[in-house]
Amino acid sequence: MGAAIRAEGLMKSFGDIRALDGVDLAVPEGAVLGLLGPNGAGKSTAVRVLTTLLRPDAGSAQIAGVDVLRHPNRVRSLIGLCGQYAAVDEYLTGRENLQMVGELYQMRARDAKTRARELLEWFDLAEAADRPAKTYSGGMRRRLDLAAALVAQPPVIFLDEPTTGLDPRTRLALWELIETLAAEGTTLLLTTQYLEEADRLAHDIAVVDHGRVIARGSADDLKARIGGERVEVVVHERELIGAAVAVLTPYGEGRAGVEQHTRRITVPVSGGARVLADVIRELDRRNILIDDIGLRRPTLDDVFLSLTGHAAEETDPGKDA
Amino acid sequence: MAIVTSKVAGHAPGQPRGGVVQMARDSWVVARRNLRRMTRIPEIVVFGLMQPVMFVLLFSYVMGGAIKVPGGGYREFLMAGIFTQTVAFAVEGASAGIADDMTKGLVDRFRSLPMARSAVLAGRTLADVVQSAFILLVLAMVALLVGWRVHQGILKALSAFLLLLLLGYAFSWIGALIGLSLRSPEAATSAGLIWLFPLTFLSNAFVPVNTMPGWLQAIAYWNPFSATVQACRKLFGNPGVDGAHAWPMQHPVAASTLWSLLILALFSWLSVRKYRNAVG
Ligand SMILES: Nc1ncnc2c1ncn2[C@@H]1O[C@H](COP(=O)(O)OP(=O)(O)O)[C@@H](O)[C@H]1O
Ligand SMILES: [Mg+2]
Repeated sequence: MGAAIRAEGLMKSFGDIRALDGVDLAVPEGAVLGLLGPNGAGKSTAVRVLTTLLRPDAGSAQIAGVDVLRHPNRVRSLIGLCGQYAAVDEYLTGRENLQMVGELYQMRARDAKTRARELLEWFDLAEAADRPAKTYSGGMRRRLDLAAALVAQPPVIFLDEPTTGLDPRTRLALWELIETLAAEGTTLLLTTQYLEEADRLAHDIAVVDHGRVIARGSADDLKARIGGERVEVVVHERELIGAAVAVLTPYGEGRAGVEQHTRRITVPVSGGARVLADVIRELDRRNILIDDIGLRRPTLDDVFLSLTGHAAEETDPGKDA
Repeated sequence: MAIVTSKVAGHAPGQPRGGVVQMARDSWVVARRNLRRMTRIPEIVVFGLMQPVMFVLLFSYVMGGAIKVPGGGYREFLMAGIFTQTVAFAVEGASAGIADDMTKGLVDRFRSLPMARSAVLAGRTLADVVQSAFILLVLAMVALLVGWRVHQGILKALSAFLLLLLLGYAFSWIGALIGLSLRSPEAATSAGLIWLFPLTFLSNAFVPVNTMPGWLQAIAYWNPFSATVQACRKLFGNPGVDGAHAWPMQHPVAASTLWSLLILALFSWLSVRKYRNAVG
């Protein structure tokens, strides 16, 4: 079997809401797929179906070739799940949490104990290992939750918004952990609302909106869809716009775009920083005064905007509970 | 981070064995977790104790004088009722506990693991039985202090306690179903309690049934509660054993056992089914 995760035509409605509206996914062994979408897009629902928590209304799914609907218990020993909200028992210590999960993965008690110790070390929780998880910070809980997903070293791991609500430093640390997992060949499916996160962690991205995959490809593929890099110039006075356009046009790959009221001129280029340097020199030589200039690479935000007509992160975050 | 790999050779997960052995082991793992929680939130056990102890003191000293019981004192009559009510309150612990696990995402974690489907609920209800046994022990000592005695020997008294624990076990499966259905721990706590008071008061637990109007008597005699209370009074040799012709009153030990098994079978089936399909 090529695909570690495969889903075909997944449908799921909650009353009138179509949470999944025909989702197809295929993640090759060892790859990282990022499910990128705003709140309410259906990411968690997809994860819940793939991890045997929720029966879809229609469609099928396999993990490492094992059918999710027909052999859920076999699937469960192949997967690790780190849900959207850290699922740790706050009255148990970190160590007890991991041991319990190990034993419920049917490991022998002694093995579960050893494994818990290794993971606590690896996740930098050794010092807090014997304190109730109630005393942990948000980042520590998240790490413990992720460790619990790794207890049985499952070949396929699902991470549902692993860094939502974490401070930037903790997020960075978690990214490094996830990158290590990916480098070791674990197949990962992670959902995120952060375009930056998908860009950094995922080989492939599926953009989800209203229960559908509206685009897929690598981060670079998606960026290419709305063009490559651009030079952006903001001139000091409106009267200078015409002259600046004349300077920029020979370097451009296409027509220059002009926004009169912000005095901003944008032109697609190829050649990166070298072009930028040339443009600056030329503007300077002709005494065209500028307020701002930069080389702008398209972000996944731009991709989202151009695909859906709305920005990814402008939706109401309170809706998700 | 200290080590740069998550992989360690040598202790891959076992294959789910399935069957009764796995069910027993998984239930034990979950029960142990719940028992640990109980030791770390001792308030729960303390409050679980305070209520019946208060009932013992209030009923025996405040109302005891006003209630006449044929063949003995009210205090001895009362204890079987309090014991039974106490084990029935396992409903509350189970419903609040399961609802809490649902809201904290723990049920999702458990449902994603290759463990026996019934183990999360069985582990909860088993831990509840242990807690009930502990509370009964303390309560029995308080009862002895205020003058309650058993008159039929220790073995019969122990079998009465077994009947009580069986009823408590059955009732905590009702709680499991409530917890799975309501999800919010606060709602589950109230929903676990609200019907228990009428159920316990429409029985022989606190007053002799023959003081009630006729139509209530029929309800009271067939109330699962009454069977256990009657069985305990009989086994303890306490006053107030009802001579009514209703079958559960004539054969209280059998009736109590049957009621408990029936509730257990029905509610464990319903809860495990609900658990499988739970949508968090
Ligand atoms: N259990 C549920 N009951 C009712 N509606 C739900 C339930 N779970 C999800 N939904 C709805 O389905 C849609 C998709 O939700 P979800 O998969 O959680 O989105 P995401 O994880 O992308 O934010 C949302 O509109 C959400 O409100
Ligand atoms: Mg979600």
